[in-house]
Amino acid sequence: MSEISNTIEEIKDTKSVRQHPGMAIMRFKRAFRLGVKSLWLHRLRSFLTMLGIVFGVCSVIAMLAIGEGASYEAQQQLKGLGSQNIIIQSVKPPEQQNSSTSSETSRVLEYGITYKDVKKIKATIPGVTVVVPGRIMREYVWNISRRVDCEVIATVPWYPQMRNHQVKRGRFFTDLELEDRSNVCVISPEMVQSLFPLSDPIGQSVRIGENYYRVIGVMTPQGSSKNAQLGGVGSDIANKLFIPITTARVRYGEILVKRRSGSFEAIRVELHEVTVKVDERDRVVPVSKVIQDIFEKNHDKEDYNIVVPLELINKAKRTKQIFNIVLGSIAGISLLVGGIGIMNIMLASVTERTREIGIRRALGARRQDIITQFLIETVILSGAGGIVGVVLGITIPYFVTVFANMATIVTLWAPIIAFSISAMVGIVFGIYPAIRAADMDPVEALRHE
Amino acid sequence: MTDGDNHSIVKLDDIVKTYQMGEVTVEALRNVTLEILSGEYVSIMGPSGCGKSTMLNLLGCLDRPTSGRYFLGNEDVSTMDDDMLSAMRGRKLGFVFQSYNLIQQLTVIENIEVPLYYQGISESESRERAVYYAKRVGLGSRLNHKPTELSGGQQQRVAIARALANNPLVILADEPTGNLDSSSGKEILDIFDDLHNQGKTLITVTHDQEIAHHGTRVVRLRDGQLESDVRNQ
Repeated sequence: MSEISNTIEEIKDTKSVRQHPGMAIMRFKRAFRLGVKSLWLHRLRSFLTMLGIVFGVCSVIAMLAIGEGASYEAQQQLKGLGSQNIIIQSVKPPEQQNSSTSSETSRVLEYGITYKDVKKIKATIPGVTVVVPGRIMREYVWNISRRVDCEVIATVPWYPQMRNHQVKRGRFFTDLELEDRSNVCVISPEMVQSLFPLSDPIGQSVRIGENYYRVIGVMTPQGSSKNAQLGGVGSDIANKLFIPITTARVRYGEILVKRRSGSFEAIRVELHEVTVKVDERDRVVPVSKVIQDIFEKNHDKEDYNIVVPLELINKAKRTKQIFNIVLGSIAGISLLVGGIGIMNIMLASVTERTREIGIRRALGARRQDIITQFLIETVILSGAGGIVGVVLGITIPYFVTVFANMATIVTLWAPIIAFSISAMVGIVFGIYPAIRAADMDPVEALRHE
Repeated sequence: MTDGDNHSIVKLDDIVKTYQMGEVTVEALRNVTLEILSGEYVSIMGPSGCGKSTMLNLLGCLDRPTSGRYFLGNEDVSTMDDDMLSAMRGRKLGFVFQSYNLIQQLTVIENIEVPLYYQGISESESRERAVYYAKRVGLGSRLNHKPTELSGGQQQRVAIARALANNPLVILADEPTGNLDSSSGKEILDIFDDLHNQGKTLITVTHDQEIAHHGTRVVRLRDGQLESDVRNQ
């Protein structure tokens, strides 16, 4: 008995004991264990309460991942077009589109961008650095007996650099080859498989029409082919073959004659596509307006289409923002509902344990101790719910990718934010029941049946 | 017990406690002045509604007087804030209730540890002390039982062990034998006698003449006022 009295004397000043940091950690650990224990007593109830948070957190992460994946794909394709570029395309004017396909007229259809337009752009707009002209033709490309439907793009050597489209193997054609009108070509990786399944394509020849071209390079693959939101900028054909524009002029002339499925049409298009590079990002939109004016003055038909990738990127970003706001609200609401669920259960639990609270208060628990006890329980509930939610939220996008074949990206911050919100929900919705518990009159609480 | 160190432990000085019940003000205690010395075994008696419970709540630092002063040890409790009152309850007082008031989810040993927990005593030490007091009240073999697995008398013994765990200045008991059969009640009173003989200060609130006979002093209340204050021989 006496040695116990001595030890009591030693710890007499409990205030100072409480402030000791090591002691605080120990107390927290014990409070935490107490919380786990009392939640474990009501396993089913705790589990069901947790579900609200689990679903909230998991849906936030999964939805963000799917949204992020979709917008990443779109942005990637837009970036491929170059954010400082303005792309002008030749378009068949609408009224002639009908007649040319239905009637058997043999007149030559003339439309689209001309060399004159390019010269004007170069001459009148300052800050326009490089202009990439391009012609696009649909052709069959042959390697002996293998045939591939392909888009032949006649262009200049600096095309890859302008369009962020890199050469994977070999090289792109050079200025010299452009001048020489060489019969060289660079092919897209999709074509390697179908034309050269067994051998290295570089150095080999392919045939287009009556002409042979030597393959000097293979491009990197460029995104997926579904790009409806680009307004048909990139085409839906993955097979692409690049040749020098001068070569194309020699081989094809200015008039394209197409004989396909019995019909016959002659089309004269000088340039199918022109890429204009603007030196500064800020000037892209004004320059595009000027180009629009030039074309409006010089073309009496709507036979051109001006695409500004930067605007499309911005539009995509705005769409993503809206998407995020919508997702955020949904997430917020689901977490709110989860939080209300937690609060509801905790209030019930406080009422149920009124007697216990009274006992603890009588035995020396301060208000603070009671608040801590209940708050820890809610934080454990919401924290555990958050962790389970994060795990589910990361696995669900994975299954979406595997089974629905949709790109998903789980960014690092999505789980972090979702988890911290869930922990915060625990604190916010736990504080009221905890304060209710602590504010109970000990005398009343002890009398509670 | 030696008479030499009979210093004042509880001192009530002109205590008034009033309750507001709607429009009516109820005077539960009227100008009560009382001094209890260390080592005394006091029984507070009186008919229901005389202010016994109010008195116990005040003595137990669960409530504050409307006016007057209350000294526990050397400290003026009447001016303390809620946290300080909690500290007083935890360090200076031990409660034994009529309905035992054990926490049902906790085992015997864990129940005894509850007051130690709030004093920040380390786990190993509090476990040691809890075992010591559990043995002292004769529950050494039931340390890991839940309260529901114990008889009423055993539960009340757990409560006594819990009240002793912090080595308090005063043990307050509210009808400690009220829910017990006579033999269990006798056991509890024997323990109280034992504690008294060791110099503990005990205050019990009771209807039971039997307990009053065990004590050294009987204080009677009537209508919130001190009616009589008799020392037994």
